[in-house]
Amino acid sequence: MTKRVLIVLQHRDGRLHRMSREAVAAGQKLAAAVGGTASAVLLGAGVGAIAEQAAGYDLEAVRVADDPRLADYTPGGYVGALAPALKSEKPDFVVFPHTYQSVDYTARLAHEVDAALVPEVTGFAVEDGVLVWTRPILGGKLSSRVRVRGEGTVFVSVQSGAFPADGAAAGSARIETLAEAAPAPDREILGVEKAGAEGVDLTKASIVVGVGRGIGGPEKLGPIQDLAKMLGAEIGASRPVIDNDWLPRDRQIGSSGQTVAPKLYLALGISGAIQHLVGMKGSGCVVAINKDPSAPIFSIARYGIVGDLHEIVPALTKALEEAGS
Amino acid sequence: MRIAVCIKQVPDTEARLRLAADGRWIDEDDVAFVINESDAYALEEGLRLAEKTGGEVVVVSLGPARVQEALRKALALGAARAVHLADDAYQGGDAAATARALAAALAREQVDLVLTGAQSDDAGFGATGSLIAGQLGWPHAWLVMGVELDDGGKSARVTREMESGLNEIVRLALPAVIQVQAGINHPRYASLKGIMQAKRKPIATPAPDELGLAAGAIGAAGARLEVLSVAFPEAGAGAEIIAGDPATAARTLVEKLQKEARVL
Ligand SMILES: Cc1cc2nc3c(=O)[nH]c(=O)nc-3n(C[C@H](O)[C@H](O)[C@H](O)COP(=O)(O)OP(=O)(O)OC[C@H]3O[C@@H](n4cnc5c(N)ncnc54)[C@H](O)[C@@H]3O)c2cc1C
Ligand SMILES: Nc1ncnc2c1ncn2[C@@H]1O[C@H](COP(=O)(O)O)[C@@H](O)[C@H]1O
Repeated sequence: MTKRVLIVLQHRDGRLHRMSREAVAAGQKLAAAVGGTASAVLLGAGVGAIAEQAAGYDLEAVRVADDPRLADYTPGGYVGALAPALKSEKPDFVVFPHTYQSVDYTARLAHEVDAALVPEVTGFAVEDGVLVWTRPILGGKLSSRVRVRGEGTVFVSVQSGAFPADGAAAGSARIETLAEAAPAPDREILGVEKAGAEGVDLTKASIVVGVGRGIGGPEKLGPIQDLAKMLGAEIGASRPVIDNDWLPRDRQIGSSGQTVAPKLYLALGISGAIQHLVGMKGSGCVVAINKDPSAPIFSIARYGIVGDLHEIVPALTKALEEAGS
Repeated sequence: MRIAVCIKQVPDTEARLRLAADGRWIDEDDVAFVINESDAYALEEGLRLAEKTGGEVVVVSLGPARVQEALRKALALGAARAVHLADDAYQGGDAAATARALAAALAREQVDLVLTGAQSDDAGFGATGSLIAGQLGWPHAWLVMGVELDDGGKSARVTREMESGLNEIVRLALPAVIQVQAGINHPRYASLKGIMQAKRKPIATPAPDELGLAAGAIGAAGARLEVLSVAFPEAGAGAEIIAGDPATAARTLVEKLQKEARVL
């Protein structure tokens, strides 16, 4: 029987979210692999232009719930909009972009429609007729292969970067109304504020030295600051460094911090969790210094040194001095 | 106010990992286990809210015998009581099976608020808290960086992290499940007095039937997600590792950055 794949699109500032396009690429690939068709669904208020944008992909349909109750995202709004159609149509797969918004409501929706949930997948393969999903565990140090048991709809959310957006095939989809949508907003939205104080703009730096929990404490920053000075670099940090107040929040790099793409990024004592990588993997050249040879940061770095950063950092400053750069 | 905090015990991020013989999980021998990072922040938030309102905190954890250590630590930090879902039947579940068990335990506690971490550092589902909320029929919020009680505890003003450096402030009716993100506060350290007192605090270990749970609904039997294998990321695409003592490696790196990558 033809399998049905539904892709839930997220949008921001009147356009499809970058990760929605990645979800389209994933959903199309999945439909092809399981022998099925892919459609998309779009929720919001006044989203006609975004639906047109989505209709430019090779999809069977773009199904839209355009409703003032969906003007602001709330989990109740989104679950109410999607659950009735999912319950009556029972698609085989629903593909979400793994964004903060999706994570906030997909589990709740899965509960509501009794779907299995495979969060943050990085890939899939049909092995001996069994669909096997790959997802990271332990902060990306390992990956796991999982399968879903039992009948019913399977939800997957796709990790940022796992299914490149340029893999999404263009085409022409019909636009239709999502039936039975009954959004029931369950949060009063009181406002939106900036997370960190205005401060350094790390995106302007051509070299960034990123420090992680592995530096051990704020008292260890001295030699790292010397190195940064020698390089003319700004210092950025992983989240735990900020959470522990070793450096101020405006220096955080990653999914909840700044996104940087300097020509050189030096990662010191950073393991390389995806939430950090999304904030710096566009860098021209990544150098990782970590005492753990299997740290995931090495898989996106061009050069690596395995060892104690407290020994390597001063040596590096000295080597730069000698090289006169 | 009565507050429950769900804490999971996970491998320390510093732990050197080896695969288990069956290839489906890590070999837990010689691995240090700690309270999941965001759960430690959730616990601190719970303790502060309880102190503010003259309430108490109950900590709940599902996991094998080693989890007692994490619960004792939470009791030493100031939780009043603990519930440990230790029975074998609870173990090996996915987020939904685990949430079913936790929700059944929480339903007995008559709490006004459940706090969880945003995400476990091992399984990383980011789903268990929302699924507990689904089970209890309560509102929820994920990735929370601030909680303030309003209306004498009938609702909470919750600050949620969004992407792109923004926070959203929403009002949730209580009872609710609030999924706390690391960095919301600065967790306290246990005092000697706290550690001594913790020894006498109760840890309940209810069996599944006491919570009205059928064996097929929980643990590995109740899970729809089955882990087939785990593996280290594929080598090969990785970095060029520069060998040598620190001075040699540093000199080689500088040379490569200048001549090969041309970024200096
Ligand atoms: C929703 C969400 C959002 C998040 N947002 C962000 C974000 O924006 N940015 C971010 O960075 N993280 C974010 N995180 C956290 C992320 O998942 C990781 O926990 C975090 O990036 C880990 O930081 P780390 O690499 O510094 O620490 P760890 O993972 O603890 O790694 C420390 C590393 O240092 C190494 N090390 C220790 N000592 C030494 C030494 N002496 N010499 C050399 N190496 C040493 C260790 O081998 C280890 O690899 C987020 C998480 C969630 C759930
Ligand atoms: N076995 C468990 N025992 C107690 N709490 C848990 C357990 N598993 C998950 N949780 C809670 O749910 C949160 C999210 O976990 P996860 O869905 O695995 O990312 C964690 O931060 C914990 O607060």
